[in-house]
Amino acid sequence: MAKITFITQDNDTITAEATTGTVMELAVDNGVQGIDGDCGGVCSCATCHVHVRPEDFEKTGGPNDIEKDMLELDDEVSEYSRLSCQLDVSEALDGIILKVAH
Amino acid sequence: MSQSDHPDPFKEARTNTGVQEIDDQSDPVAMVLRLKDVRKCARNWETYSSQARAGRIVVPSEVNIRDIRQVPFELDPPLHGEFRQIMDPWFKRPLEEGYQNALREQIRTLIQAANNSDAVEAVHDFSLPLQSRALTLLLNVPFEEADTYISWGTHVFRSEDNPLDAGKAQVLYDYIDRKMDEAEANPGDDLFSVLLASTVEDRPVTREEVMGAIVLTFAGGRDTVINMVTNTLAYLADHPEALERLRSEPEIHRRAIEELIRYFSPLTHMGRVATEESSVCEHAVKKDSRISLCWASANRDDTVFERPNEVVLDRKVNPHISFGFGHHNCLGATHARTILKILIEELCENVGRIQIKDQEENIEHWGPFDRKVGYNNIQLAFDALTS
Repeated sequence: MAKITFITQDNDTITAEATTGTVMELAVDNGVQGIDGDCGGVCSCATCHVHVRPEDFEKTGGPNDIEKDMLELDDEVSEYSRLSCQLDVSEALDGIILKVAH
Repeated sequence: MSQSDHPDPFKEARTNTGVQEIDDQSDPVAMVLRLKDVRKCARNWETYSSQARAGRIVVPSEVNIRDIRQVPFELDPPLHGEFRQIMDPWFKRPLEEGYQNALREQIRTLIQAANNSDAVEAVHDFSLPLQSRALTLLLNVPFEEADTYISWGTHVFRSEDNPLDAGKAQVLYDYIDRKMDEAEANPGDDLFSVLLASTVEDRPVTREEVMGAIVLTFAGGRDTVINMVTNTLAYLADHPEALERLRSEPEIHRRAIEELIRYFSPLTHMGRVATEESSVCEHAVKKDSRISLCWASANRDDTVFERPNEVVLDRKVNPHISFGFGHHNCLGATHARTILKILIEELCENVGRIQIKDQEENIEHWGPFDRKVGYNNIQLAFDALTS
């Protein structure tokens, strides 16, 4: 079980729990504003972009190569950017805080 | 090669030069072929503009057959963004349960009719009515309007023998004019009324802009959706094991949808006009000349996709750009994905097997490239699923 917190552009805070699936799916299931997940999680739409809280970045790790290419062209990219469809929910992510990029 | 395959004609040029210049009515186009280049150019609207003369960013160019600017597709930021803000929520309606239930009913009816026939010519008797009826949901107009759309044939601008038929476009313009008159006299909850009641730049949207937005809705989702549906049926006919797998593994449907859309790339490419001197892959791009963003080539780029010419139904990482990329990404993508999702679910539920009886490929010609985009006609025999 991992508890993950999302902060939207409107500064709403949503904390949700899951044991399986991706962080994007968790966000969509909990109606997190700004995370659309249009492509269903195959790294095609870049609508699930989040900024990981710097102190949590060690837990998520950095983006993979394809993800990096997608993020590179996003205006809101930062050194803590991830596509949440590429983050699998696991115990290791328990307690992390993600700021929705759009 | 099997008859549902869509070969990649771009590989050599993509690998060697990355750009291929082709002629189009004496207004040449440099086709950009590699995925990363296409994405970069798509993002760079300041250099590669969509807001050229109406019809010019389309290949083949439509400048000689229309003056109506398609909206928001032929606009650059910031006006582009204002229209997207109005239109995006409307085009997300396919995610609503009621919309999906109505669409499911439409698709199930077509599948049951196909199950009860010896064979159907899928382009005109399955995909065309499917697209036309689904469009009534997207526009939120009465179901009966679909009969009019079906009567127009597979392309709203192009007749079978002439890709640039101004007379045909006029039929669509006259229809939209009539619907706008009705919406002005009696506003309802259809897209015509919603757009006519909207504002951009602190002023009302003009009738011409509404016309442009509706034309885009008709043209952008016509042959693209028809090809996507037909190609999916042909693929499943040719690969009965894929239909069985989709039936037994519903959890892979979302990946399968994206993979089929990647593999078919229903829209081959879309143009832009350079606002300044530039270059792509060492190919000089002159000011006021055209490039095109070749989604179909980018989606087979083997520097990004493993086994790019295979349909890998559960492909996990799939950064395809069949719906374009960046701020101009396809407005109708949610509608298209929803159609494919429900089509696959209903086929799994109701169809045991599909067989190809006869087919004629639809091949596009772009300079040195011959690209199969779908079928001119294809006879399919459906067998109902027996439990």
